[in-house]
Amino acid sequence: MNIVRPLHKRQPIVMAVVVVAALSAVAWAAFAPVTFASREETFEIPKGTWARRMAGNKVEILPSQVFLTLGIRDVLLLKNMDDVPQIFGPTLMMPGQSFRLPFEVASSYQFACTAHASGQMTVVVDEQPDTPWRRLLWRTRRVFRVAA
Amino acid sequence: MNFTCRLGPSLAYMLLFVTALLSTTSLATETEALKAGVFNPAREAPDFSVHGSDGTALTLSRYRGKVVLLGFGYTSCPNVCPATLAVLAQAHRKLGPLGSQVQVIYLTVDPERDSPERLKQYLAAFDPTFVGGSGTAAQMAAVRANYGVTAEKHGTGSDYAIAHSSFVYLITRDGKLRALMPFGHKADDYVHDISMLLY
Repeated sequence: MNIVRPLHKRQPIVMAVVVVAALSAVAWAAFAPVTFASREETFEIPKGTWARRMAGNKVEILPSQVFLTLGIRDVLLLKNMDDVPQIFGPTLMMPGQSFRLPFEVASSYQFACTAHASGQMTVVVDEQPDTPWRRLLWRTRRVFRVAA
Repeated sequence: MNFTCRLGPSLAYMLLFVTALLSTTSLATETEALKAGVFNPAREAPDFSVHGSDGTALTLSRYRGKVVLLGFGYTSCPNVCPATLAVLAQAHRKLGPLGSQVQVIYLTVDPERDSPERLKQYLAAFDPTFVGGSGTAAQMAAVRANYGVTAEKHGTGSDYAIAHSSFVYLITRDGKLRALMPFGHKADDYVHDISMLLY
């Protein structure tokens, strides 16, 4: 025989479940180690990018902001697979060439970039999230950055 | 006996192969371990011929056999250039005797004001072994284009400023454009990378 409890009597249980779930999520965000398969954040300028841009198409390859994290994902790897030389940030890259730039200091780095429609790119390097509090902050920032 | 004879060359080939493999791995590890940004594959650093601050024609090829640190700037630069040159001078001193195998070349992005003589005087304040280069506006623009260096004039009259690329290229003894050190790195980072490129 099913007994259906009134809503006002079920509320404390629902609230308890929600609170436990929220606390579990916070605990996970604070204590679960932050890992990536590779320390390299890779961007590739595909073949034909220059031609498409010359034809008047707006081509966005690189985001205006790239977020890296020391000790976890702190290497920017750029590959120019186009048929012509491309300037990324400070550097001129030949067709087929790659450029691997490691970061060791948390800061915000500005680069000019002809592969980007705005001509500007910012690399934001965050501190290593090596404590529960930093991991929590790091994951919270990441949620907002992805949403943005 | 025959077995040993047959095995001998095979072993030698195997050892040769393993040595080659290890040296390749070692090279890859070295380039990946540089503090600077690394190009792969490294391309030939474009040569140039401009007026040197030492009174002679300044070419890159003149310094084959040395590791070259190539920077771009101007003597009226208020902050980035003096900071970069101070770091390079410090690194050069820290290298000690190895410093003789390293050459700093600083090419002006402001040929209008930077004569070879002015460059000589300016660079000597940091390190007398540093060599500067100037030329016509077209000459210097061509060199910048070959290296992907930007320079944009801001302001009018004699008191203008130039926004320019602030990195330093690291060129190997055999003239390959191996790496690029962004602005802000310390002298120890240069010493670390130069030491790796020298050996």
